[in-house]
Amino acid sequence: MKTKVRVKKDLYMSLFAVLLGLIAGAILMTATGNNPFDGFYFLFRGGLMNIERIGNTLATATPLIFAGLSVAFAFKTGLFNIGGAGQMLIGGLCATAIGLTFDWPKPILLSVILVAALIGGALWASLPGLLKARFNVHEVVSTIMMNWIAYWTVFYLVPQYFKGPFLETESQRIPAAASLKVPWLTSLFDGSYINLGIFLAVVFVAIIAFILERTTLGYELKAVGYNRDAAEAAGISVNRNIIFSMSIAGALAGLGGATFYVGFASNMQIGVLPAQGFDGIAVALLGANSPWGVFLAALFFGLLHTGKGFMNAMTSIPPEIADTIIATIIYFAATSVLIERNWDKINKIRLDFMIRKREAEQLEADSGGE
Amino acid sequence: MVDLIYQLFPYAIAFTIPLLITSLGGLFSERSGVINIGLEGLMLMGMFVGAFTITRIEMTNPATAVWIGLLAAVFFGALFALLHAFACVTLNANQVISGIAINMIASAVTVYLARLITGSGNVQIIRGMSRVTIPILSEIPVLGRLLFTQTYATTWLVLFILAFATFLLYKTRFGLRLRACGEHPHAADSAGVNVYLMRYMAVMISGACAGLGGATFIVTLSGEFNGTAAGLGFLALAALIFGQWKPWGILGATFFFGFASTIANVSQVIPVLSQIPGIYLKTFPYVITLIALVLSSKSSQAPKAVGEPYDKGKR
Repeated sequence: MKTKVRVKKDLYMSLFAVLLGLIAGAILMTATGNNPFDGFYFLFRGGLMNIERIGNTLATATPLIFAGLSVAFAFKTGLFNIGGAGQMLIGGLCATAIGLTFDWPKPILLSVILVAALIGGALWASLPGLLKARFNVHEVVSTIMMNWIAYWTVFYLVPQYFKGPFLETESQRIPAAASLKVPWLTSLFDGSYINLGIFLAVVFVAIIAFILERTTLGYELKAVGYNRDAAEAAGISVNRNIIFSMSIAGALAGLGGATFYVGFASNMQIGVLPAQGFDGIAVALLGANSPWGVFLAALFFGLLHTGKGFMNAMTSIPPEIADTIIATIIYFAATSVLIERNWDKINKIRLDFMIRKREAEQLEADSGGE
Repeated sequence: MVDLIYQLFPYAIAFTIPLLITSLGGLFSERSGVINIGLEGLMLMGMFVGAFTITRIEMTNPATAVWIGLLAAVFFGALFALLHAFACVTLNANQVISGIAINMIASAVTVYLARLITGSGNVQIIRGMSRVTIPILSEIPVLGRLLFTQTYATTWLVLFILAFATFLLYKTRFGLRLRACGEHPHAADSAGVNVYLMRYMAVMISGACAGLGGATFIVTLSGEFNGTAAGLGFLALAALIFGQWKPWGILGATFFFGFASTIANVSQVIPVLSQIPGIYLKTFPYVITLIALVLSSKSSQAPKAVGEPYDKGKR
């Protein structure tokens, strides 16, 4: 369980990383002859200025929430899932395939699509889990390999079975019944990309928070993450938990793929690894691996991604500034040890000061009492 | 069939060379104890710097533009890798996360700059490197036609660097020290080796090599920077693992992967090959690397201390 001090520290560290990211963005804008204040003004305005854009911000954040949850969940068991992109692709492929194949009523079709995406992602990630548990193959390497296997699988399967009518490089559009977009939500947000995925994301944030904090499974997963040998000695099956953890992480990323390919978008492009898979790592780091932290971090990144097009239209700043800010945040999050060390130093000085003051007061009170 | 092999060979070699040099860069970094997931980003930086430099000067110095572009890519690759080295060596950061950050920074910043320059984000060079047929050697039966006709100068440069790197790693004091830092940094430190300095140098060498790999890809095969390295850096990483962190191993692995990718790339235009489904050829390098990892799990050749930040206090 996290203490209050720990949560406060995580919050400050995250805000500090964001600040450094924004500064890096400002430096890049200035260095290329643009006014950073204008840039940030239009960047944030582009994500928030009307109800449609707020809807788009939420829709962009949806796959990021799932991708971030996926990374954060695996982190809790001490595993580094950088296969989110591949798991998203497989989840999206399962969702698209079912959406294009079956002609069922919307509630049934959507349920099957989501279950298929979940299972697809889980199976795709269970292999690296199995390889880690059984053969001690490092999950970072195996998930990278799985990403590219997924990339080429989609690259060849989509044109072969679901080729779009106009372009070789994309699938057919899914029918309205297979889309997570629903008319009432779309019209409520003035025709934005928002879809049922955002509700699903909130539900899963709550479920994951519950699993981690309130169930035996969550306790065991975290125990394996804290100290593998101690967990083993306490009778927890490390290997089983590693496979579980990777599968659940994969299931989350698979669902994220569904919310992207049959929610935000309506077809699949081949030859692209979804950037959300890697952005998810930034989301998890920024959210300090806590489910609600991930939720907030994903909203922030959704805002950056939604606003970048508007900023590009209003200024001459290329939209990649948003990606630069996110990449810089990852870099600083990776190096947060430095910040953490200084944070501890400052805290120690403050604590020393307080103790000394207390002692002085005590001394004074003692001498006054005599 | 024989004709087909003669036809494919120059392309396969041209595809292998950028992979080989990038993989060799990864070898230096990982042998010194620093994981380098950022090869893809370092390569992309090389592609951008190479293409940009060449477009700037190819009108005024058409003869040397390509070489100056390659040189610039090497320099900026090394400079960019400094960021990874700083995070991993000085700040004891998580090396995997830092590598991912390198990839993301490279793809964001290069496309950002490319858009400012050209608007579309693509940087196209007018003239790439020309192919040369080596006199005398090309007269050798079979081999002459396979290896010495229609070759790029960069191919010979990279093979020379490979031979030199092997010598450097296994026959010199520098190489021994570098490998020691990846196997047992504390022992290396007690023997008077500056682990931090060695790791800095190794990571910068890996950046220089990956930069050269990226720029080589531009001047020989693609002729254009289009904002992505298309997974070449990760393919090089797979080759590094499949080649078991050994120079001659990665030569074999990259050629193997390069040939498979080339067959997949041309299979649409050559009827005989179109019967082999591309999906198998393209996923093959990654699948076989996973299999190799499983098979070698008992006796992994990976550097023992790779991925661990060096902490002097733990000596």
